[in-house]
Amino acid sequence: MRIVLNGETREVRAGRLDAALAELGYRGATVATAVNGGFVPAAARPATPIADGDRVEVLAPRQGG
Amino acid sequence: MARFYDVELGSRLMLGTAQYPSPAVLAAAFRASGAGVATVSLRREGGGSRAGEDFWRIIRELGVRVLPNTAGCHSVREAVTTAEMAREVFGTPWIKLEVIGNTDTLQPDPFALVEAARILLADGFEVFPYTTEDLVVAGRLVDAGCRVLMPWGAPIGSGLGLVNPYGLRALRARFPDVALVVDAGLGLPSHAAAAMEMGYDAVLLNTAVARAGDPVTMARAFARAIEAGALAAGADPMPARDMAAASTPEIGRAFLE
Repeated sequence: MRIVLNGETREVRAGRLDAALAELGYRGATVATAVNGGFVPAAARPATPIADGDRVEVLAPRQGG
Repeated sequence: MARFYDVELGSRLMLGTAQYPSPAVLAAAFRASGAGVATVSLRREGGGSRAGEDFWRIIRELGVRVLPNTAGCHSVREAVTTAEMAREVFGTPWIKLEVIGNTDTLQPDPFALVEAARILLADGFEVFPYTTEDLVVAGRLVDAGCRVLMPWGAPIGSGLGLVNPYGLRALRARFPDVALVVDAGLGLPSHAAAAMEMGYDAVLLNTAVARAGDPVTMARAFARAIEAGALAAGADPMPARDMAAASTPEIGRAFLE
């Protein structure tokens, strides 16, 4: 299926957020996630389904003022 | 000592982590500044990248508290979601709440700011709202439960200093028991000293240090200005007056005509 990852369309096979993240190269990364604009805590990723067209945001620490 | 929620900090400088020429200069500037707080953000991470982790390691090694921001958010929902994500990643209830209302001035949207602050405070966050010097908005934020307010000195990154000293003084007088931090718009150490002389608890700045030709020396200059301003505030400054008042005694003056 196709999801929108950080604004870019990507193909994923996994149907759950944790598996999709692993598939997309985020295994073990220090990131926070949101699906369709709503925060998904790390502990909830295995139980969070991913559907075609979902918008997934994966954010990490950065410089800020 | 300044108190921010239940945390007492010896340093009255909160320093941003963006725009430095290199990570080494960032770290050296922090050491020179004596800052007790580092502001950080969250941004998109590519799959396979570990840029976030590398940056986070540098910040952890500074040994200071982190204050994550919601920079760039324009709506309540964006700001609340970003705050929730930041709390998980950075492991702190502190959040510098920015809800931007104008893209030219980057000034806060006070209506959305108050609404977002209410939601986050109810969820256990300790909110540091980036606001204007408006007394009514400040009152709403305090009523919502904010124990820190961060009024701007001038638009973010402008370096203009304290463009409304009257408003900032009025805010200090109106909220003597709320921790007040001038956030944004400072360009020179004298601007920071002026804020501290008004009785502000701290200043938050980034560009003035990071974009200086010599960030490390500028960080040291800000540290000294902030210390001087805080000392002066504690020393009960004399009131200003319009007319001259001779300081040398008139009594005993010779008549030499």
